[in-house]
Amino acid sequence: MGNSIIEPHREDFPLLMSLDAAYLDNAATSQKPYCVIDAERDFYKRLNSNPLRSFYDLSISATDSYENSRENVRKFINAKSTKEIVFTNNATSSINLVAYSYGLSNVKKGDRIVVAISEHHSNMLPWQMVAQTTGAELEYMKCDSAGVYSDEEIYRCITPNTKIVAVAVISNVTGSKAPIEKIISTAHANNAVVMLDGAQSVPHTKTDVQQLDADFLAFSAHKMLGPMGVGVLYGKEDLLEKMPPFLRGGEMIESVRLDRATFAELPHKFEAGTVNAAGVFALSSAIDYYNNVGIDNMERREQYLTNYAYQKLSKIPHVNVIGSSDPYNHSGILSFTIDNVHPHDVSAVLNQDNICIRAGHHCAQPFLAHLGIRSSSRASLMFYNTEEEIDKFVQSVASVRKLMGYGD
Amino acid sequence: MNSRNFYNEVLTDHNINPAHKREIENPNFELEGVNPNCGDDIILKLRVDDGIITDGGYVGDGCAISQASADIMLDLVIGKSTEEARRLAEMFFGMIKGTASDDEIEQLEEAGALKDISHMPARVKCAVLGWHTLDDIIDKV
Repeated sequence: MGNSIIEPHREDFPLLMSLDAAYLDNAATSQKPYCVIDAERDFYKRLNSNPLRSFYDLSISATDSYENSRENVRKFINAKSTKEIVFTNNATSSINLVAYSYGLSNVKKGDRIVVAISEHHSNMLPWQMVAQTTGAELEYMKCDSAGVYSDEEIYRCITPNTKIVAVAVISNVTGSKAPIEKIISTAHANNAVVMLDGAQSVPHTKTDVQQLDADFLAFSAHKMLGPMGVGVLYGKEDLLEKMPPFLRGGEMIESVRLDRATFAELPHKFEAGTVNAAGVFALSSAIDYYNNVGIDNMERREQYLTNYAYQKLSKIPHVNVIGSSDPYNHSGILSFTIDNVHPHDVSAVLNQDNICIRAGHHCAQPFLAHLGIRSSSRASLMFYNTEEEIDKFVQSVASVRKLMGYGD
Repeated sequence: MNSRNFYNEVLTDHNINPAHKREIENPNFELEGVNPNCGDDIILKLRVDDGIITDGGYVGDGCAISQASADIMLDLVIGKSTEEARRLAEMFFGMIKGTASDDEIEQLEEAGALKDISHMPARVKCAVLGWHTLDDIIDKV
């Protein structure tokens, strides 16, 4: 294979084969290959029973499928142990788990929490809550208009009283990669931990939590070819070990008395109630798909498509692409504005041309305000997209201003 | 409904060259209207004297439909009594629901250019933002 660009593999995705539209909203959710859809159904057809509870063969098979899936996730991000892989509902619930459990027990008045200004609300609002509850100070780390965080800004924000730093590996607005190695090493030098939002990075680029020395990493199955309703929290074992449970109830206990309880071992301590075993099984199938095609191959194709789209989009008059002028720092995400046209009108016009893109604030209102805009349109790519789809998209974008009554 | 045809001249003209997107002198009623899902946001200001809307203006940010609709609305209600304005608002809501008669749509004058919104559920909230804000202001008059 070498450095050649792989085929789009569209035949693996039933919705892409039947949809008469260009799906360019992959940062919101990816499409699902047959193997994932089949796995979800297969669990209910062959394995359905409540895992982790009972001692009959069927339940043991369900437990095995659940725990084998955990091992598959562990390998995918190179965690040390399956104890470090907690299944949740989505990346948002993973981050909330850390905020309520680690945050509320480790942060106190006088401490500082640092949140990158480019965060999705899901890695911002939980930290606002921890700051409000504990009286800690909330400091926002600011990037420039290309989405770049300078070393000076990192050093300014991460101080000896900092306890937590929250940052996305890749921004869902600009596609910029944050300097997470620098942020993590600076945080660790100040005895702080880092909450990484991997929702946009884990699906598109190889993740190695040991190499990163990551403390916490959250991501969602549905953005990486898997089903909706499953998220992952990676946490270092020694951190998770000391944290109190987040949700309490079934399956997360060791023993229960009327006035007290002791809790199950990791990771089950954090998986209260019946789990989404079918969804986890389907996520494991999505990871198999990644391993078969090769995430590096997918990333190379996505970089190729991003560059292809960037070159055309950025040349359209009155179109402003947000973030870096280097297409390789967009990771498939191209947010843009069109002079004097509201993004909702842009997406309405594109919808009529059978193109699916996102419009609005992308759940990152403070970031857009920091960039001096209220809302934008966003196209986001996946390896299964094609040059033809991008051409169609670019042509439609180029027609918008005329349609809205502007004379150019 | 096809969006390509939907953005007709009446709508694009009111969006690009709004007559009432401005601060007015001595407003005595003011209200903000927001569509939290899409971020459309207008602040409507009226001058009401003896039950008559003598002047009105709005400022805000939003899609062409929300902004043009507010502008067309003010064209229609300035100089009319609050009762008449409310009657027009109800006609407009009826038009959006697809229940207004041709005669009622005619009374809405240029606002009738938005009648096809009734076939575009995703954009209904944009079209009615100004009118709902007006309706809420009249409650306070």
